[in-house]
Amino acid sequence: MTIVRRLLVALGLMVAVLAINFTLIHAAPGDPASVIAGEMGGGDQAVIDSIKKAYGLDKPLPEQFIAYLSKSVRGDLGMSYTYNKPVSSLIAERIGPTILLVMTALLTAIIVGTLLGVLASLKPKSLRSAVVTVFSLAGLAMPVFWTGILLVILFGKVWPVMPIAGMYDVRNYGATGWAAALDALHHLVLPALTLTLVYLAQYSRLARASMLEVLGSDYVRTARAKGLHEAVVVFKHALRNALMPLVTVAGLQFGNLISGAVLVETVFSWPGLGTLALDAILGRDYPTLLGVLTFSSLFVIAANLLTDVSYRWIDPRLRTTR
Amino acid sequence: MTDQALPPQAPLVPVLSPAHEAWRVFRGNKAAIWGLVVLLLIMLVMLCGPRLYGVDPFAIVAPPFSEPFQNPQLWLGSDYLGRDILAGLLIGGRATLLVGVSAAAITVVIGITVGALAGYFGGWIDAWLSRLTELFQVLPALLFAMVLVTLFQPSLGVVICAIGMVSWTSTARLTRAEFIRLRSLEYVHAARTMGAGDWHLIWREILPNAMAPLIVSATLVVGVAILFEAGLSFLGLSDPNVMSWGMMIGANRRHILECWWAVTLPGAAIFLTVLSVSLVGDGLNDALNPKMHLR
Repeated sequence: MTIVRRLLVALGLMVAVLAINFTLIHAAPGDPASVIAGEMGGGDQAVIDSIKKAYGLDKPLPEQFIAYLSKSVRGDLGMSYTYNKPVSSLIAERIGPTILLVMTALLTAIIVGTLLGVLASLKPKSLRSAVVTVFSLAGLAMPVFWTGILLVILFGKVWPVMPIAGMYDVRNYGATGWAAALDALHHLVLPALTLTLVYLAQYSRLARASMLEVLGSDYVRTARAKGLHEAVVVFKHALRNALMPLVTVAGLQFGNLISGAVLVETVFSWPGLGTLALDAILGRDYPTLLGVLTFSSLFVIAANLLTDVSYRWIDPRLRTTR
Repeated sequence: MTDQALPPQAPLVPVLSPAHEAWRVFRGNKAAIWGLVVLLLIMLVMLCGPRLYGVDPFAIVAPPFSEPFQNPQLWLGSDYLGRDILAGLLIGGRATLLVGVSAAAITVVIGITVGALAGYFGGWIDAWLSRLTELFQVLPALLFAMVLVTLFQPSLGVVICAIGMVSWTSTARLTRAEFIRLRSLEYVHAARTMGAGDWHLIWREILPNAMAPLIVSATLVVGVAILFEAGLSFLGLSDPNVMSWGMMIGANRRHILECWWAVTLPGAAIFLTVLSVSLVGDGLNDALNPKMHLR
């Protein structure tokens, strides 16, 4: 599939995602205008009619969809009911902390997980391999919010050395530069560790399985027969091919980072998109909720495109157009 | 010619049915057996525990934050409202398991239907169904389920449908791949030559042969769906009238440091359940894989 065709498919997916969101708003029980009126404290038919007019809800559905589409494309996701601000600027405020949290966790997990997987695959019957397997089984069965809570109890009560909520300490209010960055990093430790543990379980399991498969292939035997150093065989020859499934999963998780962070952000009151989505739900703030959903879906589509490009970079065989 | 003329070196190999053979391999996997035993125990407790214990999990029976192991009447203490933790633990798995298994069933039905049609017919049907699968893969699962549960009311049915709707894509892809592999095999051609229709070929010829990986994947889906349900109820997005493990954790979320037992114990129950489901899944994976039978 050429890049151009891939882009066209991505474009089609974006329109489809917007169509689903649009359908959701209209399929939900209750007329949006009366819901808005209700959120504003109730109102009579005249108020509802004026809201319908203001939001274009009195027009036929296809026309409404086109309007919704063109607004979304221009980055206008509507106004938040609770914050009384454009949803797009709310998202812009909250995306930074989420990316910081998820990228820290994802990168740590990829590096450590790959190393653990490689170590386990070199001696598949050994104790360390069994430890990695048990660890990843347990890690995948733990509800992520529970892991977070256990860490809060451990580092907030038993051995209180870490901040357990928020991104900045209120005592440091107004701090800038290094002091603020250090404070944020200190607050980042526990939520990032929680998320890392989940991802780590997946990566070490995947890396182990993938390496075991590659290490059994003929070209690895050839490389060993040539008398190459074992480290070169493992890290240069085998690992490069074993990385493919890891890239696939990393791409999926990077795209899903907002969804994946909701639970961890909630446990640690981390001011990211996940807590924004949850607050929107608790406050019945539909534009914000759907805005975050739309934004996250578009983020996934973009991440998938990036994954495709990185396949070509890792695997030269894919560079020639098929 | 007598019986003694038979070659003496051929040992008697008992011929086992595929199910028997699978059970033999499964039985050899200690972890899987442990998983199965624990899972059955959990189900038994869910079934009989609440009636035997007889305490309403929503009733306020003690002062809030009563510590566990202090009072024989209140074995595992009380939560921030003074509700009995043990009563909640005993009944809380019902919703969790019910939602997990039903959502997995929906997942498997949608996934197999979409995957089978796409893989069997190919062409434009495959193209469109694959686009549909891709679309649902792009929607962020947890957020989409959160939106569904919020827009419609948070009842068990809506939660089940929401989880089912967001998690069928991997089953569909797996089924499609299996169907593409199997549809060109000789036995399928033979059945077609004998006049079998598409419907018969899909359900009676190809699907039974694609079942092994699908059963394994369905088991894994149960584990994922249980974690999903726990996450939604932790966020407060489940039926407020049905006690569940996730809901117990979510309700006591603001009081983690005051009553650690009210959040750690239900979490441990979820962990144990998902762990045993995945151990059983691993065991089934080996048991249904013909390569493992040679050992």
